[in-house]
Amino acid sequence: MSLKSPIGRARGLGSAKDGLHHWWMQRISAVLLVPLSLWFVFSIACLVGSDYQTVVAWIAAPWVAVSLVIYFAALFYHSQLGVQVVIEDYVHGPAKKLISMYLMKLAHLVLAVAAIFAVVRIALA
Amino acid sequence: MSDSSRPLSPHLQVYKPQLTSMTSIFHRGTGVALSVGTLMLCAWILSVAAGPEAVDCFNAFAGSWFGQLLLLGWTFSVFYHLCNGVRHLFWDAGKGLDVDTAYKSGYAAIIVAAVLTVLAVIVALA
Repeated sequence: MSLKSPIGRARGLGSAKDGLHHWWMQRISAVLLVPLSLWFVFSIACLVGSDYQTVVAWIAAPWVAVSLVIYFAALFYHSQLGVQVVIEDYVHGPAKKLISMYLMKLAHLVLAVAAIFAVVRIALA
Repeated sequence: MSDSSRPLSPHLQVYKPQLTSMTSIFHRGTGVALSVGTLMLCAWILSVAAGPEAVDCFNAFAGSWFGQLLLLGWTFSVFYHLCNGVRHLFWDAGKGLDVDTAYKSGYAAIIVAAVLTVLAVIVALA
């Protein structure tokens, strides 16, 4: 146990400097996701039972393809920001925290690139 | 200043559940569930890119009782996280922070999310 007071221990370390950035980006992506999520869920609900060609034609329409790419980018970005806070709160120990954070961010990057690649491939096929 | 005199976080086991704390915990819970749900989203869009056989395979899973249960849970999670997220945006703007409004907006978020879920199910089954 240190004899230093809590303020003494904190002083000089500085803040992480990116707390506000995280908070602000979470809000910006959230606002973008409100209309995009409503549009996506109800569009998919409309597509239930459609044949393959109808689904492909819907995704390949330019405005849909562009909207899907923006939706997936915002979704995976917002998702990794949120899970980051959960890991920060519940995963203890520097090594465990670093490794789980790295794997979580990597998984989000892989899934985001795969989903966006799929949209582009369908749209340009 | 001794650490032991600092306020403790409420012990969840002995803390009376309140709408305000439950909507907060449920916001995080649905958020994590939706992050896991992106796997299903990726499976869907990649199967469409891969071709009709892959889509048949995806549809077989999505159409099973387990797949339907997951989709229903995720649909409600999307709408709940969205509605409660809007509630958070109002709080960020400094509005609706009093206890009475926080309770009303909490009930509103749950009800709107439930209504949107029912609507989505009706559209999907129509």
